[in-house]
Amino acid sequence: MKQDWEMVIGLEIHVRLDTESKLFSGMKASYGSSPNSQVSFLDAGLPGTLPVINQKALEYAIRFGLSVDATIPPVTIFARKNYFYPDLPKGYQISQMDHPIVGKGHLMIQTDAGEKRIDITRAHLEEDAGKSIHDKYDQYSAIDLNRAGTPLIEVVSEPQMSNAKEAVAFMREIYTRVTHLGICDGNLQEGSFRCDANVSVRPKGQTTLGTRAEIKNLNSFRFIEKAINHEAKRQIKRLEAGEKVVQETRLYDADKDQTRSMRSKEDANDYRYFPDPDQLPITISAAMIEAQKAHLPEFPASKIKRYTTELGIKADDATIIANDIAMVKFFEYSLAHSKAAPDLNAKFLLGEFSALLNAHSQSIDNSQIDADAYSGLLDELQAGTVSRKVAKQILDDMWASGKSAAQIIDEQDLGQISDSSALTALIDELINDHPEQVASYRSGNDKMFNFFVGQIMKKTKGQANPVQTKQLLEDKLNNE
Amino acid sequence: MSINRKELEEIASLAQLNIPEQQVNEITASLNQVMAMIEHINQADTAAVEPMSHPNDGHQITRQDVVTDHSHKSTLLALAAHADADHYLVPKVIE
Amino acid sequence: MINLTIRQMAGLLAEKSISVQELNGVFYDRCRAHNASTNALITLNDELNAAEILHAQQAIDVGNHWLAGIPLVHKDLFCTQGIKTTCGSNMLANFISPYNATVVDRLGQAGMVSLGKANMDEFAMGSSNEHSAFGPVGNPWDLTRVPGGSSGGSAAAVAARMVPVATGSDTGGSIRQPAALCGITGIKPSYGRVSRYGMVAFASSLDQAGVMAVSADDCALVLSAMSGHDPLDSTSAHASTWAWEKPQDTELKDLKVGVTRAWIDALEDPDIKQRTWQAIEQLQDQGAQIIDIELPHADLAVSAYYVLAPAECSSNLSRFDGVRFGHQAEGVNDLESLYRQSRTEGFGEEVKKRIMIGAWALSSGYYDAYYLQAQKVRRLISNDFKQAFAQVDVIACPVSPETAFEHGAKADGVSMYQADQFTLPASLAGLPCLSMPIGFSQGQNGRLPIGLQLVGRYFDEQTILSVADKYQQTTDHHLQLPEAFQ
Repeated sequence: MKQDWEMVIGLEIHVRLDTESKLFSGMKASYGSSPNSQVSFLDAGLPGTLPVINQKALEYAIRFGLSVDATIPPVTIFARKNYFYPDLPKGYQISQMDHPIVGKGHLMIQTDAGEKRIDITRAHLEEDAGKSIHDKYDQYSAIDLNRAGTPLIEVVSEPQMSNAKEAVAFMREIYTRVTHLGICDGNLQEGSFRCDANVSVRPKGQTTLGTRAEIKNLNSFRFIEKAINHEAKRQIKRLEAGEKVVQETRLYDADKDQTRSMRSKEDANDYRYFPDPDQLPITISAAMIEAQKAHLPEFPASKIKRYTTELGIKADDATIIANDIAMVKFFEYSLAHSKAAPDLNAKFLLGEFSALLNAHSQSIDNSQIDADAYSGLLDELQAGTVSRKVAKQILDDMWASGKSAAQIIDEQDLGQISDSSALTALIDELINDHPEQVASYRSGNDKMFNFFVGQIMKKTKGQANPVQTKQLLEDKLNNE
Repeated sequence: MSINRKELEEIASLAQLNIPEQQVNEITASLNQVMAMIEHINQADTAAVEPMSHPNDGHQITRQDVVTDHSHKSTLLALAAHADADHYLVPKVIE
Repeated sequence: MINLTIRQMAGLLAEKSISVQELNGVFYDRCRAHNASTNALITLNDELNAAEILHAQQAIDVGNHWLAGIPLVHKDLFCTQGIKTTCGSNMLANFISPYNATVVDRLGQAGMVSLGKANMDEFAMGSSNEHSAFGPVGNPWDLTRVPGGSSGGSAAAVAARMVPVATGSDTGGSIRQPAALCGITGIKPSYGRVSRYGMVAFASSLDQAGVMAVSADDCALVLSAMSGHDPLDSTSAHASTWAWEKPQDTELKDLKVGVTRAWIDALEDPDIKQRTWQAIEQLQDQGAQIIDIELPHADLAVSAYYVLAPAECSSNLSRFDGVRFGHQAEGVNDLESLYRQSRTEGFGEEVKKRIMIGAWALSSGYYDAYYLQAQKVRRLISNDFKQAFAQVDVIACPVSPETAFEHGAKADGVSMYQADQFTLPASLAGLPCLSMPIGFSQGQNGRLPIGLQLVGRYFDEQTILSVADKYQQTTDHHLQLPEAFQ
């Protein structure tokens, strides 16, 4: 009989903190500058240089801890992790070992079987390494230290996820938190949010853990799901063939003490962690923690509740908006800066505006139309100056030209005709020109009403205010 | 505590040093001598003692998150034995 | 001219009896004349730095500061922009730092004029200055003997009056022991008193920059200018800049001096034993009350230190991998060979030995038994001092169990380590301590200087310097010059 297998997954997520300067130096920490142009003497590991911790990085880490209901210990200590690698300039990484800044926490994920609690073991602060470029030369690897020293928090989960979907859900929960907290820019391509997954399998019902393998540097939600499933399949195949799963990142394997994996630089190493003697223990006061509580944002669950109950937005729409911090920022800005009804705003944002972004393959962060310009268009829509149909057309123009909605309406004369004397004149003309149709309508042919509406729209190229047009037509046709 | 040749090689690997064959015995002996001296610390009863990692009992200063430094690219790359216009160069790493 | 204190020189400069250029010219010429025999300097500047001379002269002309125009050399582990910083190592034989150490900047701002860089044991590891890639240093009292270490070049340069002042660094005795062996005064301040920024690290939780000079007053004046919080060093203390208050008299009334009688009685060198008691009696004559104290765990200091310092050094010296700066081996084609070969060629034997000891003490399976245990012993030793300082204001004890020994006399590394027994306890506790000359040996080794160590409470440099200053007001051991350098 075929064995039933169960996966056990634990995640280590590296979140790059969105600070101005690096974790221990006053050098700019942004991404994408020319190689080695953002390297301080400390970042290059020059003799005599010393680290001084960035206050904001501490605060961001505490905010993260609070967002997952974690304990924040009163003292936190940096430690050195020692190994040699060209992108590690000092020969050690400043990280944390025994006294991480964030202790035990937890969060809830949605699964097919309902809500599930995942415990967070810890989260610690550490500096990122530089980058090794292997494809530039045949003989050399080229080293860029711009990234060296940028601040990360590493979030470690308990191995409590039992399939790849749960792992993705956990990763998304963390992602949502750090982006809503504003402590991470969330840019997956640039490596601002990376994940290592520890995967093992065991026969269903077994309580002990199987041997795990670590999959490193996963930076897309889609890929992690595939990678985990693939890894689990590989392990099951081995186990069913009577083979063993090799723990690839284990430092001390009692069974195989002389076989150390050659695949990774880190496998062969004994990291010799010890407290960084260049720094003193850091006291985290209750006041400091309290101050960070004030920075905790509204997270998606409560946003969805507020959007639906207070703003009257459909639950589906509220959920889509609330889970995407960029969308939230855009939406909430336009709520504050336009007079449009929230549900109209939400519908237009997820409808016409999202369609436009899709058509240009852009995310809302990279929209050519900013939230301010968008708010301007919403106001025109709300005021009835333009119809949604025309508004869609104006969006295209705004995207291409960078002009405001008002400017485009003005230049192209796209305003809805809501001037009742102008509309009355048109209707009078229509009635005069079509006596037969008028007679037909007045004799009880109600369908004929749409003929008149259509004619007015044709004459005004769709700019006649439909509600007003109907009202005036009814008045004229019925009250003769 | 004393080490043998295999352990010496492991230590040399952690330290990224070569031990020339003709020095193996001499270095092993010299390290063993120091290790024997170090052994004295285990005479102390430290069951109730907190480790002391620093003589300074003060609290850690922190730095405001402000950019205070600028690029030193050419200065830094000029210190290296091997660099091109943009990068430090090392023998190719096979991952 | 050459055997004056800083205050005397500053007086001559202020009253324009001599210009900054002339004063520095005198010492610069002595550096030139005596560096061949002492090898005290790794780098002697090609000429006097005109900008520094001008800056100093201007400071004096507007009536500023005791230190303006006073020449010095820096131990060659303080980073100096534009001038080689070798750390006594082939690894950094051609290294020119792109920035200045805080100590270098502060003394430069005070108007001191730097003439060069002093020889030292490689990366400050050693007690004889024999572990320098740039050759051993001769003790000016007997050039066949060592000056002590690791700040041996600084000590010899001052003893030979090539300069009146030198900076040094002290991790386990590297200022005090060479000061004692060369007959000068040297202070290691409290850990955190002086910024370590730009001082190439040996053992970060122990390293402290200090001063070596003719007198305690000289040391104090320079230390005042060096000290104070530095935002670039997390471990530098918040205390505002310390300012030396020179005592007005020579009375030591109300002062309680603790004496570790057992240490002195165990001394094998009769001259050192006799001079040490004599110096203590002198303090008593000046009014001090002598109280016997015990430091019960101090005999574990050597073992604890030789775990902790190498552990930190093994990590601190990992940055020397041949890639970004320093020596790179030639003709290697893979990364690991590059690392191993560069480090094997670049480091001397003593440095490599300590790196290996440290890597071992931190490695898995040994961390708790050695590294953590050594940190606990460090606590015990620190507590011993706390108890002692509940009874006394200052502790007087020997610096070194021996006077300057001959080059090559100590091949056995461990016996050299054990000679650090009197300096290591205060280092582990981070306490301020100094060595001052108290006379000379008269035995078969000839006339060699002997020092006395004074240890103070944490951050109480004032008391130990005051005691030394009052002692020096009534004695002239510190003003003795070696015959060949008069």
